[in-house]
Parts: sequence; C-alpha cells; structure tokens
Amino acid sequence: MGITLQTTRKVDAQGDGQLLLELDNIHTYYGKIHALKGISLKVNKGEIVTLIGSNGAGKSTTLRTISGLLRPREGEVRLDGKNMANVPPHSIVEAGIGHVPEGRGVFPGLTVLENLEMGAYLLRNHSELERRLENVFSLFPRLLERMQQKGGTLSGGEQQMLAIGRGLMQQPSVLLLDEPSMGLAPLLVEEIFNIIDRLNKEQGTTILLVEQNAQAALQVAHRAYVLEVGQISMSGLAADLLHDPRVSEAYLGL
Amino acid sequence: MTNPIDAGGAAAVSTMPASAPLRVRRTNPIKEILRPLGQLLIFVLGSSIVMALITVALALILRPTRDDMDMLQITLILLPQVLIDGLVLGFMYATIALGYTMVYGVLEFINFAHGEIFMFGAFAGVELLLWIERTNGLDVGNLAAYGLIIVAIIVGMVISGLLAITTERLAYRPLRGAPRLIPLISAIGVSFFLQDMMRFMQSAINGDFYRTFPDFGPFGKRITLFSMPLDDRTIDIAIQVKSLIIIIVAIIMLVGLNYLVNATRLGKAIRSVAQDQRTSSLMGINVNRIIALTFLIGGALGGAAGVLFAFKFTRADPYMGFLPGLKAFTAAVLGGIGNITGAMLGGIVLGLLESFAAAYLSIFTNGAMGAEYKDILAFAILILILVFRPSGLLGSKTTQKA
Ligand SMILES: Nc1ncnc2c1ncn2[C@@H]1O[C@H](COP(=O)(O)OP(=O)(O)O)[C@@H](O)[C@H]1O
Ligand SMILES: [Mg+2]
Repeated sequence: MGITLQTTRKVDAQGDGQLLLELDNIHTYYGKIHALKGISLKVNKGEIVTLIGSNGAGKSTTLRTISGLLRPREGEVRLDGKNMANVPPHSIVEAGIGHVPEGRGVFPGLTVLENLEMGAYLLRNHSELERRLENVFSLFPRLLERMQQKGGTLSGGEQQMLAIGRGLMQQPSVLLLDEPSMGLAPLLVEEIFNIIDRLNKEQGTTILLVEQNAQAALQVAHRAYVLEVGQISMSGLAADLLHDPRVSEAYLGL
Repeated sequence: MTNPIDAGGAAAVSTMPASAPLRVRRTNPIKEILRPLGQLLIFVLGSSIVMALITVALALILRPTRDDMDMLQITLILLPQVLIDGLVLGFMYATIALGYTMVYGVLEFINFAHGEIFMFGAFAGVELLLWIERTNGLDVGNLAAYGLIIVAIIVGMVISGLLAITTERLAYRPLRGAPRLIPLISAIGVSFFLQDMMRFMQSAINGDFYRTFPDFGPFGKRITLFSMPLDDRTIDIAIQVKSLIIIIVAIIMLVGLNYLVNATRLGKAIRSVAQDQRTSSLMGINVNRIIALTFLIGGALGGAAGVLFAFKFTRADPYMGFLPGLKAFTAAVLGGIGNITGAMLGGIVLGLLESFAAAYLSIFTNGAMGAEYKDILAFAILILILVFRPSGLLGSKTTQKA
C-alpha cells in the first residue's frame, strides 16, 4: 500500500549530518535468548531513520535497549557521544531520548490532558508546558476534542496519536517510534505517516522509526536499516532500499 | 493491574472550546482538601446511621426474648458511646490500611510486615515520652502535653517511614522480578524478624518486653457532648480528650494523604507508577524512587497510627501490630485494595463493626456470646460483604491494564 505524503521528501536529505545517536555492537539478551547480536547503527540530527524487519527480528528490543528498559550485555549506546548503556530509563529520558513504545502505553485511567502532562513530567515551567500542549493539539486536533476523556476510552488511532503527542511533550532530541501504524485503518496509517513527516520537516524532530509497514516507512525516511533475527542485514538510503529487489521481495510483498 | 491507586480522580475541568487559549489544568488546593473531608463525613455519617438502624431493628426484633431488661432502651443508651468508640478505632484502622493499600497500588504486593512497621512507630513514640519523663519529667502544662503528643507522633512517623523504606530496599526490591509468592514470604519473614528484634531489644534494655504509655496531660478527661434524659436520671455521652485527638490527627493524615496523591507532582508520579511502571519510567519518572517514597509515606502513616494506638490502649508491645495489622489489611480489602478512599471507608466500617459487636453481642444473645466474639461477628460480616462485592466496597469491578 502506497502512502501519499503531503510534502515531498528529497531522497538525499540526511539532516545536517551531525551524529546524534549511535549504537555500537549492541548485544541484548532476554535471559538466555540472544535477541540482539551486535547491532550498530547511527542516527544523525534532523534525520528520520527507519528500522524495518519482520516480526520477532528485534526491532522493539533495539528501541528498549536505547531507552534503557533493557540493558545490553555488550556494546554501547551513545547519545551525543556519551555512553548511555547503563543509565536508568528515567535519566535517559532526561538526556533527551523519547520512546513511544509498542502498544502505545497510554495511561488508561488518566485523561488525555493528564497523559500529555505526564509526557512533560520533567518540565517544571508552566508556560513552556502550555506551549508544548498547544503544539501537540495543533498537530492532533482530535486530542483537543477528547481532552477530558480517559486514555483507556480512546480508539486505537487516537491512542496512537496520544502516545506520539505525549512523546512530543518531552521535546526529545530523538524520538523513538515503535510501530506507530500497528493495528490502524489505512486512512489513519496515512495520517500518522504524514504527521511523522511534518514533525521532521516543520519541527526538525529527529526520529528513529520502527515499522513492519516497510513501504510507508521507507517512503518517509531518509535512511534505513533492515534487521533480521537480531542482526543488521542491509542499510542505506531509504530510497535505494525501496527499490532494492531483496527488500521488495522480503518486506514489501511485491 | 487491578484497581490502581485511585483517590477519586483529579479535579474536573470545564470543557473549553477548541479556539480558546489553552489553560493548563491546575489543581485547586481548597477543593483537594474539602473533597476528602466531605467523603469522610459521608462515610462516618453513612456507616454510623446504617449500623445504628440495623442495631435498633435487631433490638426491636429480639426484645421479646428477654424479660429481665428493656433491650431497646439499653441499646439506645449504649448507642452514642458505641459509635464514638467505633469511630476512634475505625480512624486508626483507616490510617494503617492506607499503608497496605498504597503499597499494593504501586506493586500489587501485600506488605505483611506493615503491622510491625506500625509497632515500631508505637515504640518510638512511647520511648521518646518515657525518655522525656526520665530526664525532665512529664509534669507539664496542657499545651506542652499536646505538643509532646504531636512530637511523639512525628517521631513515630519518621522511625516507621525509615523502617519501611529500609525493608523495601533490603527485603523486597531484590525480589522485584521474582514470582509473586516470594516477596510475600519475605514480608512474613520481615514481620517475625521485627517482632523478635523489638522483643530482644526491649528485654535486653528494659528487662521487660512491653512498655507502658506514660500517663500525663489532660488526655484522660472526658468532654460531655450531650446529655440524654432517661426516666429520672440523665446519661452523659462523653468523649475522652484522647479519643478526640486520635480522630483529629487521623483526619489530618487522611486528608493530607489525599492532597499529596491528588494534587502534587509526587502524587501524579505515584498514580502513574501504579498504572504502568514501564511507561512511567519512559516519562522520566524514577520508578524505584517513587516506590521507595510510597513505602515511606505508608510507613509514616502506620507509625502515626502506632503512636495513636499506644496512646489509646496505654501500651506498646512487640506483638501489638499483628491484630490491628490484619484488621487494617482487611479494611483495605473491604474498601477495595489499591483504592485510597476505599481504605478510609473500610477502616471506618470495620471499626464500627467491631465496636458494635463488642457492645451488643452479649445483650442480643442473652449472654451466650460475649464481647470476646466481636472479631468473629465482624469478620463474618466482612466475608458476607466480600461475597457480594469481591472487589471491595469502592473497588472497580473491571481490571484495567494498558
Ligand atoms: N519479554 C521477552 N522475553 C523473552 N523474549 C522476548 C521478549 N520480548 C521479545 N523477545 C524475543 O526477542 C526477539 C525479538 O523480539 P522483538 O524485539 O519484540 O521483535 P520485533 O519488535 O522486531 O517484532 C523475539 O525472538 C522475541 O521472541
Ligand atoms: Mg516489536
């Protein structure tokens, strides 16, 4: 399924090329299960980088390792050159990595507004909080309408918007998105990818996007990595991978 | 997680038109204080009236069974005092119950050592007062006496709070990832350990394992609330100064906790950790710290209740935490475990049940069952309530988990 982006992507754009986030030979385990077997990848400032791969390849595990929910047994996660591999998740958030987890993680018992406020938990400046809220509501007008509704009562698409909006409330230097299109109707999928595109273009947000919807992800991203059972099997410009027969065969269902 | 800490939801906001400038919701502090006060008032009045009506009805029904006395008259004479005693007990149970319910709310773990945390608070308060008695004497003015009680309560809170944090750190946190039963066993172990440790310390230092709450100040005085004319006499309905202090202190604790949970940043963090730890950590919340603080707060409330208990029953001993702990836990379950408002309601209901059972059992059964059966009756009623409302009086019936 093709995605029509409202803006057009220059395929060679790669931000300003300044290295922001780097994974260096990451090995992560679940008990005895060796889920990541030496992952190395880079995200530059201003880029959208996508990590595609089939179910169980280790995409979510990679994001969890970056955000500190999992500890790598080996390797380094560097943000602005600083190793984050053994920093607890709350400090990683503070350092500027925002993670919108798989399954969204909306607080069901908190209202939409309270959920968004939780995103800015570390922020103590009220006017800045209001500014960020306005920004999120301008991107997701639907959230404004549902402001007083409990997170648990939202539809899947609205919950995804809330989860992304809450991630934006952190104003992270890099936003990790884990399968934002999962379980959404095609029209909503398109809307979500458009938002991702706008975030990057209009607000300069750096994004590491994990997707099973490889086609859409490759269309929106600058660069891409393909993950296969815990290892990077391919990487390059998203536009190149989009037309690479190996990718089309395995991930685009062509 | 079932029933995350829920203290009645945050302040409502008027819906605003989409075009209006965005105003961040700010909690209204007055409202956050008045709301729990109102709830407490409703709970107290509601459960008192229900209990009183049931009792009077029973008296009317059972009246013909006894010709040696007028059952209705006796019931009515006793009623006000029974209510007051029950409420004093109930407020103490509620304060202890909050410790169970808060910890359960964030960890789904029942801290069976909470009764011992309570007991340590009692000893801390009593030891402080005994020490002052030894060094300066407790022959002080009324105002100073009140001050000393407050100080004893604060010391009890500090000691119990610190003890709760320490047990969490040493005995529970290392077991965080273990199967559910394991930390529970650890808690039972901590409970025995703390009992015996206190007994050992007291025996070694004082030669005896219990301590008597020093008798000082105007606390034994009774304030007459009203007088009931009865035939040719009048009966005074009175409340001990002590009991009044207990109720007031407990209300301050309960309202303070509600405020903390509903209207502060820390409270927001506690509520979100109760709902989803992993996501909370992704919001920048230090989950371990919030859990430790939850133990601190619950422990401090338990410590305050411990001092109040020792004050009321004039004694602290290493095993004093067992029964009140069990009853407060029951109160928490009765109210809906994990639910702060529920713990308050559960405590009040349990205190009243116990007091009513103690007063009326022997009258209603013609002496066949004395006050010593009060717990059987109280718990039988609890079981009955839970059969019909398994999630507790205020517990939500749905399980919700993100
Ligand atoms: N909590 C877990 N416990 C054990 N194994 C897990 C857990 N989560 C994921 N795995 C395993 O790790 C591998 C990678 O999973 P994941 O990162 O979720 O894949 P993806 O997000 O690419 O679908 C899979 O083999 C999966 O079974
Ligand atoms: Mg995944």
